[in-house]
Amino acid sequence: MDLSTGLFIFMLATFLGLEIIRKVSPLLHTPLMSLTNAISAISVVGAILITGAPGATMLSKVLGFIAITAAVTNIVSGFLITDRMLKMFKKREAKK
Amino acid sequence: MEHLGSYIYIVSAGLFVLSLKWMNSPVTARRSVFAGETGMLLAIVGTLLSHHILNWDWILAAFFIGSAVGVPIAYIMPMTAVPQRTAMSHACGALAAALVGTAEFYRANQLHETLPTFVMVALVLETLLGFLTFTGSLMAMGKLQEVLPQRPITYRNQNAVNFTLFVIAAGLGIRLILVPTDIWIFPIFAGLALVFGVLLIIPIGGADMPTVIALLNSYAGLSACAMGFALGNNLLVVAGALDGSSGLILSIIMCKAMNRSFTNVLFGAFGQIQASHAQAQQRPYRSATAEEAASILEAAGSVIIVPGYGLAVAQAQHKIRELYDNLMRRGVDVKFAIHPVAGRMPGHMNVLLAEADIPYDRLFEMDDINGEFAQCDVALVIGANDVTNPAARTDKSSPIYGMPILDVDKAHTVMVIKRSMNPGFAGIDNDLYYMDKTLMLFGDAKAFVSEILKELPAKVGA
Repeated sequence: MDLSTGLFIFMLATFLGLEIIRKVSPLLHTPLMSLTNAISAISVVGAILITGAPGATMLSKVLGFIAITAAVTNIVSGFLITDRMLKMFKKREAKK
Repeated sequence: MEHLGSYIYIVSAGLFVLSLKWMNSPVTARRSVFAGETGMLLAIVGTLLSHHILNWDWILAAFFIGSAVGVPIAYIMPMTAVPQRTAMSHACGALAAALVGTAEFYRANQLHETLPTFVMVALVLETLLGFLTFTGSLMAMGKLQEVLPQRPITYRNQNAVNFTLFVIAAGLGIRLILVPTDIWIFPIFAGLALVFGVLLIIPIGGADMPTVIALLNSYAGLSACAMGFALGNNLLVVAGALDGSSGLILSIIMCKAMNRSFTNVLFGAFGQIQASHAQAQQRPYRSATAEEAASILEAAGSVIIVPGYGLAVAQAQHKIRELYDNLMRRGVDVKFAIHPVAGRMPGHMNVLLAEADIPYDRLFEMDDINGEFAQCDVALVIGANDVTNPAARTDKSSPIYGMPILDVDKAHTVMVIKRSMNPGFAGIDNDLYYMDKTLMLFGDAKAFVSEILKELPAKVGA
């Protein structure tokens, strides 16, 4: 990846993000934050690459191990707690 | 196989975008979790397939431990503690990014591999943001959990000290970019970033936490994004940018709701204690008993309840739900007015009320409901203070002047459940309490609402 392609993607993704998030109902800002938290744990990809690289040193393995653990904790708890919160949002039952 | 991974990444990035898009309404929101999970799973599978990955024992062990820690957190955490969990999650995410950056730096150095300058810039930004967000989030978590003092910790020349530290850290960062072989600089640089994170958060008071959490969210996203540049991974750039912009928008919304300028927050200069108006003279006010409050509520046609964090502290959500049910059965129209900073993180109050089974179509945002106060019979304020203070509209000398508030003072009758006449968090006296149409209901929110409920059914048969 060269720098300009990367910056191009970054620019587009930022504007897309700003537009989408602006439309999110304020009702759901807390679940939104735990969802984006889980998504930003995508750094697990980088952590796997570092830990699993051929010729990884002990330092790489240890740091990568901690990083994967932290990121997976975020992925698992982030998605599950978001789902738990969203389950609570109910409309009024139709029955009178 | 190399290409397969790239295609999987494209699908994964698309799913993340859809996931955020579906959060725009509670009806589609459940789908968004599913999209996010699928996107994440694909990203991991794609990475494992397209690269030659070794050390599976290390990777699997980390996955196992992470899941074993994550699952209980998600299920045991009470909803009032969600802000702490979020802060902890920012800390974990930032730590992961910082450690990956550190490992990559040492790896390249050991192999005598010269990293292109822009990769070094990305690595330095990744580790700087990652380490400072890590300690900053831990401090925020400590404050939210009340392990650390909630009040701002300040000392002389604080801003100067912080600024100097930041300049030194940035200088070392630039030096690393120019001369990547100076390995000895790296630990000092990382250490300064860690210290800076602590110093950034300690002067911030509890009331500013919603903004801080949102800002740290943004930083954590940006450090993942920088990791994408450092490792040449587009998926990381996209996901990090989405997270960064989300945090940015939420912190702007919080800033507006708390009447703070965004630059003020960006430079960490917020949290300075505002000189409070000490109003010495005692002013007359009216108070009422639970019985009187019950009969006023019963006679009302429409009631707007204004909940604040005091309600959550008193664990009164479920009692409020009973009051809501009782009044709705009597044909009273009950709505909830939610100020953007009610609670301890953006949208927190909505989650607390939803947990108590209050239907979300009864929860109204400030701008949607402010016009309705003038027609409403009773406004019931529970555990909220500054966000109802009319001084924000009228008194130019007030520190909260200009802050958007709920126009509670326009209702025909105002009732305020409060422990005592002591001023609230910002230490500002609230004119609302001294109006002729205001009744003060003194007591703990949960206990007082229970008393009102006791009075209400007694009158059903009569």
